[in-house]
Amino acid sequence: MTTNITIKEKFQKAKENHEGLLIGYITAGDPTPEQTPKIADALIRGDVDILELGLPFSDPIADGPTIQEASLRALNAGTTPIKVLDIARQIKSEHKNTPLVVMTYYNPVFHLGVDRFLSQAKTAGIDGFIVPDLPVEEATDYQTVAKTHDLDTIFLAAPATSDVRLKKIVDASSGFLYLVSRFGVTGAQSSITDSTVQLIKHVQPYTANKVPLAVGFGISKPAHVKQVIAAGADAAIVGSAFINILKAHAQNFSAALVELQMVAAELKSATRL
Amino acid sequence: MKKLSNYPIDGKYGKYGGRYVPEILMEAIVELEKAYNKAQADPTFQNQLDYYLTTFAGRPTSLYYAENLTRKMGGAKIYLKREDLAHGGAHKINNTLGQALLAKQMGKTRVIAETGAGQHGVATAIACAALGLKAIVYMGTDDCERQRLNVFRMKLLDAEVHPVESGSKTLKDAINEAFRDWVTNLESTYYLIGSTMGPHPYPMIVRDFQSVIGKEIKQQFTTTTGKLPDALVACVGGGSNAMGTFYPFEDDPDVELYGVEAAGEGITSGKHAATLAAGQEGIFHGMYTYILQDQNGQIENTTSISAGLDYPGVGPEHSFLKTIKRAQYTSINDKEAVDAFLTLSKTEGILPALESSHAVAYAMKLASQMRKDQTIVVTLSGRGDKDVETIAKYTGVPI
Repeated sequence: MTTNITIKEKFQKAKENHEGLLIGYITAGDPTPEQTPKIADALIRGDVDILELGLPFSDPIADGPTIQEASLRALNAGTTPIKVLDIARQIKSEHKNTPLVVMTYYNPVFHLGVDRFLSQAKTAGIDGFIVPDLPVEEATDYQTVAKTHDLDTIFLAAPATSDVRLKKIVDASSGFLYLVSRFGVTGAQSSITDSTVQLIKHVQPYTANKVPLAVGFGISKPAHVKQVIAAGADAAIVGSAFINILKAHAQNFSAALVELQMVAAELKSATRL
Repeated sequence: MKKLSNYPIDGKYGKYGGRYVPEILMEAIVELEKAYNKAQADPTFQNQLDYYLTTFAGRPTSLYYAENLTRKMGGAKIYLKREDLAHGGAHKINNTLGQALLAKQMGKTRVIAETGAGQHGVATAIACAALGLKAIVYMGTDDCERQRLNVFRMKLLDAEVHPVESGSKTLKDAINEAFRDWVTNLESTYYLIGSTMGPHPYPMIVRDFQSVIGKEIKQQFTTTTGKLPDALVACVGGGSNAMGTFYPFEDDPDVELYGVEAAGEGITSGKHAATLAAGQEGIFHGMYTYILQDQNGQIENTTSISAGLDYPGVGPEHSFLKTIKRAQYTSINDKEAVDAFLTLSKTEGILPALESSHAVAYAMKLASQMRKDQTIVVTLSGRGDKDVETIAKYTGVPI
C-alpha cells in the first residue's frame, strides 16, 4: 500500500501544477454495491482527484434529501459498513493514485469497534475519515486510533465556528480541513453566495501552511468550483450533483456513467484558474 | 462519592451524554448553555417561569391517593402524581414554558420542535402562542395519521405542522428533520427539544424544567405522610417525565426508582421500544447512550401502541442511572398497558395516557409484591383522551 499516493502528496502536486483539487462524493452502495466501483471509475476518469465514499446511515442528520435518498437506496440494496470497505478495495485496485476517504456518521464505526473498523479500512486502502457528527471535543479516542493506523482525520469547520475553535479544528485535522460553505445540510444549489467567499477568505489564513482547505456543501457547477478556488480554497467538494445524475439516469446506467465522467471533467477544468 | 444530582459533569453523566453533533451546531449549543446558566441564576427569569407555571399551566398538580386501585391490588399504597391535570393534558408544558421563555430571552423569534404522539408539539404550540413566538412542529407522517386530533389542535394553536416523509416516518425522523431545519436557520431559530435527549445541554435543561414534578412530589408526600415514598414509578421513552420525577430523589438512596419502557408486542418479538432493556451503547441524536440498533450500527425502527414511547434512544442520564444501578428499568407490553388503562379508568375515574399506562401497569405489579405500609408514587404523565380511538381499535369496539 505504501506505493499509493497520499492525500498530502496529491495536494502538493496540485500546488505545483497551480490547480485546485476536485473531491467527488458518492454514497457507497447507491444504487447497488456492485455499481459503485463503476461509478467511481467514471468519476476518476473524469479527473476527480480524491474520492469520498459515503457510508450509508439510517439517520443522516447533516444531509439533505439527495443524500438521504441515496443512503436509503444503498441500505435497501444491502450495503453494510464491511461492504463499503470491499467496494473501496475494488476501487483502489484499479486506481492506486486516487486517495479514498470514508464519510461516515460515528455510530456504525463505534458499533463495529473504532480500532477494528479503522484497521480494516486501512487495509482496504482507505486514506482518511470524515465523521460529521464527531466534533473535536468528542474525538480524542478516534484521533488516537486513526493515528495508529496512519489514517487522516478530516474535521469539519462551519460558518458559525469561532476563531478559537477553528484553531483547534485545524490542529486536529490531517489530509484536509472540510469547510462547510453555508448554514444548512448537504445539497446542490444554484449559486455560491458572497458569504461563502468571505468565509473562505477568513478561514484560509488559519489553514495556510498547516493543512489544505477543501470547501463543500452546495457546490454543483464549474462556476462554483472556480469561485471557491479563486477565493483561496485548495479543493472543491461535489456530491449531490453527482448523485442527481445517477438518479436522473436510473433506467440507463451507461448513460449515467458517460455523463458523470463528462461533468467531473468540466468541474475539474474549473479548478485550473 | 459525588452526589448524583451534581451530574452532568462536563456535559456527561459518567460516560454518557456529550455533544455528538455536526460542527455547524457546536457554537449554538455552547451559546444555549451559557444562556441557560444565566437564566438559572436570574431571579427575574425564575419568577416569570413560576408565574406561568402557576397561573397558566395550573401548577402545582395534585398528588392523589388512589385508594380504589390500592385496595384492588392489596399491597403498597399507590399515589398518582397528576401531571394529566397540567395545561395541555401532560407534563410537557413544564419544559416548553421554560424553554420558550429561554428562547425569548435569547432573542429568537422562531421555535422548532419535534413530536411523536403530538403532546410535545401541542405543548410547544401552547407555550409559543402564550409568549408570542412562531412555532413549527415536525411530525412523522405515520404519527400525523395516528394522532390526527393533535395535528388539528396544533394548527388551532397557530403552529405550523410539517409532516416528515423520510425514514420510518415517526419520532426519530421528526427529530432528524428538526436538526436539519436548525442547521439551516441557526440565527433566528430555537430548537425546543421535548425530552431529556439530544446533545448537552438539552438533557440537563429538560430534566431541570421537569424536575418541578419530583420537587412537588417530595413536598406534597412529606407534608401528608411525614416521610419519603418507598418507590417512584414513571414511564420512559426519551425519559423526561421520569427524569423530572427521579432527579430530586437521586440522592435519597432509600427511595427506589423504576423506569418503565414500552415492550410493544414483546421484547422477544423484536417489535418494541425497550431501549435500556434490549439496546446497546451507541451514538445517536447527539448523545452517547443506549440505542436500539442492528449489527451494523444502523438505528432500528421501534414499535409501541403509545406513540410517545416509540423512540429507539433514551436520555443519557437514564443510561447512567441504569449502569450505576441507581434506578431499575423494566418494560410493559401493549396488552398490559391497555389493561392498566382500562383498570385505572374504571377504578379511579381517570383516563391515563397510554404512555403513563405503562407506568401504572408496572406500579400495579409492584404494589402487589409490597407490604401495605409501603408506598409508591406513580407519575401519571398525561391524560388519555388522545388515546381513546387507539383503545377502541385495540379492544375491537366500534365508536
